[in-house]
Amino acid sequence: MRRETLALLAVFAVLALVPVLAELTGQTSWTRLVGQALIYGMAAASLNFILGYGGMISFGHATFFGIGGYVVGILYFHFDEGTRFLGIIPGTGQMLLTLPAAILVSGLAAALVGALSLRTGGVQFIMITLAFAQMFFFLFISLKTYGGEDGVMVRRTNSLPGLNMRDKATLYWVILVVAAGYYLFLRQLVRSSFGQIIAGIRQNERRMTAMGVATYRYKLAAFILSGMGAGLAGALMVNFLRFASPDMLHWTRSGELMVMVILGGVGTLAGPFVGAAALTIIETLLSRLTEHWMLPVGVLLLAVVLLSRGGLMALIARMTGGRGK
Amino acid sequence: MILLTEQLLNGLQYGVTLFLLAAGLTLIFGIMGVINLAHGAFYMAGAFAASWVAIQTGSFWGGLLAGLLVSGLIGVLVEVGVIRRLYARDHLDQVLATFALILILNQGTVLIFGRQPLFSSMPEIFSGSVEILPGLPYPVYRLFVIVVGLTVAAGLYLLINRTRIGMLVRAGATNREMVRALGVDIRRLYTTVFGLGALLAGLAGVMASPIVSVQVGMGDEIILATFVVVVIGGVGSVKGAFVAGLLLGLADTMLRAFLPSLLAQVMSGPEAQALGTGISSMGIYLMMAIVLLLRPRGLFAAQG
Amino acid sequence: MSRVLEIAGLVKSFGGLTATDHVSLTVESGEIHALIGPNGAGKSTLINQICGELAPSAGRIHLAGQDITRLRADERVALGLGRTFQITSLLEDMTVRQNLGLAVQVREGRNFAFFDNVARRREIWDETDAALAETALGPRAGVLVADLSHGEKKQLELLMALARRPRLLLLDEPMAGLGHLESQQMIETLAAARTGCAMLLVEHDMEAVFALADRISVLVYGRIIAVGKADEIRANPEVREAYLGEEEA
Repeated sequence: MRRETLALLAVFAVLALVPVLAELTGQTSWTRLVGQALIYGMAAASLNFILGYGGMISFGHATFFGIGGYVVGILYFHFDEGTRFLGIIPGTGQMLLTLPAAILVSGLAAALVGALSLRTGGVQFIMITLAFAQMFFFLFISLKTYGGEDGVMVRRTNSLPGLNMRDKATLYWVILVVAAGYYLFLRQLVRSSFGQIIAGIRQNERRMTAMGVATYRYKLAAFILSGMGAGLAGALMVNFLRFASPDMLHWTRSGELMVMVILGGVGTLAGPFVGAAALTIIETLLSRLTEHWMLPVGVLLLAVVLLSRGGLMALIARMTGGRGK
Repeated sequence: MILLTEQLLNGLQYGVTLFLLAAGLTLIFGIMGVINLAHGAFYMAGAFAASWVAIQTGSFWGGLLAGLLVSGLIGVLVEVGVIRRLYARDHLDQVLATFALILILNQGTVLIFGRQPLFSSMPEIFSGSVEILPGLPYPVYRLFVIVVGLTVAAGLYLLINRTRIGMLVRAGATNREMVRALGVDIRRLYTTVFGLGALLAGLAGVMASPIVSVQVGMGDEIILATFVVVVIGGVGSVKGAFVAGLLLGLADTMLRAFLPSLLAQVMSGPEAQALGTGISSMGIYLMMAIVLLLRPRGLFAAQG
Repeated sequence: MSRVLEIAGLVKSFGGLTATDHVSLTVESGEIHALIGPNGAGKSTLINQICGELAPSAGRIHLAGQDITRLRADERVALGLGRTFQITSLLEDMTVRQNLGLAVQVREGRNFAFFDNVARRREIWDETDAALAETALGPRAGVLVADLSHGEKKQLELLMALARRPRLLLLDEPMAGLGHLESQQMIETLAAARTGCAMLLVEHDMEAVFALADRISVLVYGRIIAVGKADEIRANPEVREAYLGEEEA
């Protein structure tokens, strides 16, 4: 077996043992922490696909994270009430239905935002993605039916046939399996013919056009795929935390996702997961020590951006003697 | 009619505030090519310094001076310490570094002043109202803010069109390389422009301090609207920032004032209120999206 | 002989300035047609209109009989219009082999495949390796483009354009910045490639122009003042005055 495969299996095994170890040592909050880090890792990895591999600096990625979450929340709300969404779509609490629905809806939203935003570039692209994110943010705030600013509660985690999803450890393992699957999906995507075109567009869009590539189409496809990934992560998060709120779509959340990508290492597969874990753990540990935890996080981020190139993944690569990207 | 005039003036006041913030930001964008998310922190710094000094000394004017000094100083420090290293970096690094600055400056402010909002009073001579239309008393202070904003706009116009530094600024916003080629001390020009931008943002904060609650995070809310102004006006164009600032200030205020009651005529009260507020908050972003789709470089694009 | 490129009455004005002034020009199949002219004559503006980076104010451009005046740049490439850039434009973070491989991949299609592995697409890499082996770039296949010399980048760019198997190749100053030896190599490469496609060659290097071109058009102040074979152009008094005279001075 190749070294990379071995490393991935080892990491997966360790992560799978987290609930058991947490139970044994009495540190049960670790399961929650690592689960959250895995979900943010997926969201950050989906952003990294357009940001790191595709060179599109989207400042509104939390939108799709939040939309995915709201799909779960709204479907549960109607399931609970026995009503229909817009009088047509019945609610559900089945994960096999809610996750695909979340992926689909966030993909549609990404198609809309991407189709318009990708007509611009540079600073304007950053700002227009931010503008769309704000629009969705205020849209969800104004939906009184679904709790407005407070968001919507999901009193029971979505169910999966044959599993007791109310058990925290079971839910954690489901999240781990989905996250691992998503990691493998991204790895495949980066190696594919499509991934190669995307990498080319990041490096030199004019050259790709001169080669006969209609770059807009490829960028849009990447944007949609990325939004779908964020939607999936958001759907898991709402299952995990059992509520969806506009806070998931706030622009600082988009900023945090970018921070995770940069912290871990732009344009690497594992980087966003490492960055998400680092940020989640740092935040949790620091917030136990001081209410001013944002200050050291800000300093750390500033130091990473100004001083290091390549984030934590480059550091790990240097330490293990491998080569960084 | 009375209500409309009042809201028009409110919109104008919000508009000049946006302009004060956007003028600096658009120059920093246009000349140095830096996206500074932390520009709202200068607004917050100005407001905090002014309120604190005004509360301590009882003098609004002392507060004004303190607010300008502190915001300008922080601006220069931030430029020399951080922004200077970002000129050659890509937008992603700039966004993240200045996002980090927001965290640092916000928490720094919490450390110094705590989480409780500060409330300062406005100067005696501006505390009353004046009847500008029969039956419409309007706070003098708000009129004062409008006058200050318009005066600064006129001053900036003269500075940019009539002075040597203004000439460099104009040249820089259109063609960065050219200014470099002219052998100008770029570093000093950049620090000056950045400091001036921070000062204007600080002035906006000072002006707002008696009429809004001065608290941590106040800069984050207004900075997004400011970015919308900059992008709609055209990156690098002070004239664009002025036009777009007033336009957005008016549009935003009008939507918030009248949309909920318009909606209430077709749906139930509380829902109309929530939806109206939501849609009016979306208004400026919707305007920006439309402008960018029609004119990808904004209304008064400086860079060709 | 069929006509590969036909430009008719092309006009481009920027405000009051007419950068392209009713230019008409043809390139026949198998022909190398050189476009020469002093700096500021409007060569780049003309090239950019043919490529689709600038929209003309008036006039028509036909590629192999098809009107491409309103098509996007990438659509023109798909119809058989290849180009090289005056300042080389490549994928700097990729190796020579990856750059050429990507050009082959784009031509081969299946670019929306999410679940294949590009490293295992034999048809791409066989062709890439064979093409590289025939050139001086063969031993440099694994080198990052950012580490190539200027001449090597020009070579690679030409290979990438040819990989598309274009009907017409637009060459924007392929000799610019090359040493004498490299220029000789480039002339040989172009001469070898002419059997495959027609070329519109914009070039300052007169040695290269006279060595390669079947016909020469002279562009001055946005207008074509003369078209003809090398001897006719050399003998044309108007050209001598407007252009060659300048060179000799």
